[in-house]
Amino acid sequence: MADLTRLSALDLAAGMRAGDYSSTEITQAHLDRISAVDETTGAFITVTADAALATAADVDRRRAAGETLHPLAGVPVAHKDLIVTEGVATTAASKMLEGWVPPYSGTVYRHTQEAGMPLLGKTNLDEFAMGATTENSAFGPTANPWDTTKVPGGSSGGAAAALAAYEAPLSVGTDTGGSVRQPAAFTGTVGVKPTYGSVSRYGVIAMASSLDQVGPMGRTVADAAALHEVLAGHDPHDSTSLTDQATGFLAAAEAGAASGSLAGKRLGVIRQLTGEGVEPGVQAAFDEALTIAEAAGAEIVDIDCPSFSYAVEAYYLIMPSEVSSNLARYDGMRYGLRVEPEEGPVTAETVMAATRAAGFGAEVKRRIILGTYALSAGYYDAYYGSAQKVRTLVQRDLAKAFETADVLVSPTAPTTAFDLGAAKEMDPMSLYLGDVATIPANLAGVPGMSVPAGVAEGLPVGFQLLAPAREDVRLYEIGAGIEAAVNDTRGAGVLAAAPEL
Amino acid sequence: MKYEDAIKKYDPVLGIEVHVELGTATKMFDAAPNSFGVGANENVTPVSLGLPGALPVVNETAVEYAIKIGLALGCDIAESCRFARKNYFYPDLAKNFQTSQYDEPIAFDGSLEVELEDGELITVEIERAHMEEDAGKNTHVGGSGRIHGAEYSLVDYNRAGVPLVEIVTRPITGTGERAPEVAAAYVRTLRDVFRALGVSEARMEQGNVRADINVSLRESPDAPLGTRTETKNVNSFRSIERAVRYEIARQATVLEAGEQVLQETRHFHEETGETSSGRVKSDSDDYRYFPEPDLVPVEPSRDWVEQLRADLPELPAAKRRRLLEAWGFSELEMRDVINAGLLDVIEQTVAAGAEPAAARKWWTGEIARVAKQEDAEVTTLVTAAHVAELAGLVKAGKLNDKLARKVLAGVIDGKGSPTEVMEAEGLEIVQDDGALEAAVDDAIAANPDVVEKIKGGKMQAIGALMGPIMKATRGQADAGKAREMILAKINS
Repeated sequence: MADLTRLSALDLAAGMRAGDYSSTEITQAHLDRISAVDETTGAFITVTADAALATAADVDRRRAAGETLHPLAGVPVAHKDLIVTEGVATTAASKMLEGWVPPYSGTVYRHTQEAGMPLLGKTNLDEFAMGATTENSAFGPTANPWDTTKVPGGSSGGAAAALAAYEAPLSVGTDTGGSVRQPAAFTGTVGVKPTYGSVSRYGVIAMASSLDQVGPMGRTVADAAALHEVLAGHDPHDSTSLTDQATGFLAAAEAGAASGSLAGKRLGVIRQLTGEGVEPGVQAAFDEALTIAEAAGAEIVDIDCPSFSYAVEAYYLIMPSEVSSNLARYDGMRYGLRVEPEEGPVTAETVMAATRAAGFGAEVKRRIILGTYALSAGYYDAYYGSAQKVRTLVQRDLAKAFETADVLVSPTAPTTAFDLGAAKEMDPMSLYLGDVATIPANLAGVPGMSVPAGVAEGLPVGFQLLAPAREDVRLYEIGAGIEAAVNDTRGAGVLAAAPEL
Repeated sequence: MKYEDAIKKYDPVLGIEVHVELGTATKMFDAAPNSFGVGANENVTPVSLGLPGALPVVNETAVEYAIKIGLALGCDIAESCRFARKNYFYPDLAKNFQTSQYDEPIAFDGSLEVELEDGELITVEIERAHMEEDAGKNTHVGGSGRIHGAEYSLVDYNRAGVPLVEIVTRPITGTGERAPEVAAAYVRTLRDVFRALGVSEARMEQGNVRADINVSLRESPDAPLGTRTETKNVNSFRSIERAVRYEIARQATVLEAGEQVLQETRHFHEETGETSSGRVKSDSDDYRYFPEPDLVPVEPSRDWVEQLRADLPELPAAKRRRLLEAWGFSELEMRDVINAGLLDVIEQTVAAGAEPAAARKWWTGEIARVAKQEDAEVTTLVTAAHVAELAGLVKAGKLNDKLARKVLAGVIDGKGSPTEVMEAEGLEIVQDDGALEAAVDDAIAANPDVVEKIKGGKMQAIGALMGPIMKATRGQADAGKAREMILAKINS
């Protein structure tokens, strides 16, 4: 039998339907792979082997009984450990929640359970999704499967590494400022941040509510599209969930993969996100992908988004402001870590202070402090208020850009994956600037995708596409077109260039 | 300084914030039941407990109730308004922020007419009415039961997330010595509005309605406003009056001593009628308000608002005035009726044909007495239609008061309508002159000595004949008629 861990999710699904292999075989193959390599990658915080096999056996039994199953039934999935999973420890990679076993499930987890997708486990992340390297995890870093001395990106670094190391065929990540797309770029996989409101946030541990969005991750655009269809849908538990939901992601990806699909598509290259500040190798790989797309019939348009120059600054005011409030609930009073002060009286206030001092890591504290400051009386208008104005400008720039382009494109990140430990040497601001290309989508609520563009000095480079709100189908169609054109030129997928672990 | 002296020297200004718990089935932002009297932490969901990942969703019924309150207070209703987060750490606040409305209340710019005991009308300007969620409840165990000195504290999140509407007045000026009365009358009037709208049980003793009373003094009505204190959570009308009275006297004493009133929150103590210093309020309070990003704005359609406006019930003050005029009750009678909660049922009884005075007499008299005796709600004992029927039978002379009470007892016991009970038990006043005449003739024949006395002018001797007549007719004889008949026969 072929190595089941190397197949795409859709191929696995088709194979099960054809009776070539069972969900139990597929799930076991992935659990074996996790046993073999996860010590090296550190992609998972928790592996749920028994539960995964139980779901797989159930799906196999139901399939044998002739039941109508979800198309992805039996295909295993990994959830970022920010998704609340009833009965399965959920940590947000923080000491604050170590050992917390939720009494309820997030909507996206419920959706994958209802589809019959075995849960392989919970993947590593930067604490409370704050970071771009997955090194801010209380449970140790994740290594990049392409080069284990490199970071996999973040905050959904575990989710991306699990895909690139063939530990999981599908991953659920979250993206607040690029946390799905940047790790996808760093690992040669596909990551999508859907339109804000496409996927429910209920039961997703909040970082910044107005920016957070759950995103599907896979090794192919079509796999991500298929997972997106499982995750999406209106949820009455989430007030910001869209009532009129776009669908047809997989069909769009399949149409896009057909030859000639890029003909006449207008790709708008965002001037502010190319050239200066982008590593030459990344720029070269992006340009090459652009040339390939042009050769396939796409039209290249120059796009000016002047407000993007302020997007990072606005993001680093809005996001920490919301963080400071969203993370207030972790106080040792109800669940999770509780630390009593070493000296002085033990009161609710001192326990809260001691718990938060001990439970949160440095980056989380930095953002709480930044946000608390930005929201303070007398500063609100200058900081939070001004940042909201930039947000409006970003939306305007994008609306204007989409008048002349079908999608906007840029390198997903200005660099390839950096060395483990290097981020600690950088000042936070230059690290934050790495999010420059991904942040505008979150500020504006529009969908974004990263597909592999190529390889620079042995590491993958991501190609980002942005589409107007509710036009996620455009990403799948054109993203699949780029993917197919790049793979045709290379003769194989970008991930095939990764060395064996 | 005594109150009487204080009020001569200073002009009091009030500001009142009333919180009302809405009687919705579920909480403000989640599906947990909004009910009273269950075990600790039973009415909770992941949302009320602020579990990681939980999200709020606005309760549409709570919005409807808030709009109704706004409309009843003559407010404008916002076309779009947002919730905000009020950030502070306290264990009864599961998320460590309260979701409230800050700069975008759902209702604003209204007024409420308040009638004082003597009929004087005062208009209280309403600044805003906004929606928010209640906090949980802390219980401090050990020590004195207060947080200081307690061994540990328990938190019950049943109340966390219960929908509240907070109604804030503009400064209430010009009340003079009637400030305490105005404060209490305002809250009482609001309470009646909540009940009339059906948006809350509005029971003060259960904390459904809580008032924070701001008081400040100034030298004269032309002077700028003085420094105010806010006495929190005053929970009865009497306490409101006492708290205002106390604060006016206390602040005057402070000012007389040449000192400054501190801007602070204060607590009212039922036992002593005094207030004590709580927390100094200053500009350093920083709740870091910002728009709640987990909730989309509330945008009540104009059609909906107009529909709610059209469906508003008649408000208590208007109703009271209308009925006072129509029924001719005295102010005192009307107040008793309202305080006993009998206005509606008396109105129904009158509508069913009873005279207002008779309806009032039955409901506040015999029915209320039975209800008290049986510890039952007055309106559960008997229907307005039956009371009207009963009053009709009395008016038609078929029943006297005593018999009517017997009939009422039968109706309360479920034996049927008043007419049915009267007929089944043979309680109707005897109208048949033949039967009465026979009884009179028998009585005259059997008591010749009494007849002689009557003939001799001793009219009170008639009473001696009434006994046998009543006995013969089982009490149903019309006494007046029997008397006329006796005199006619003796003198003929």
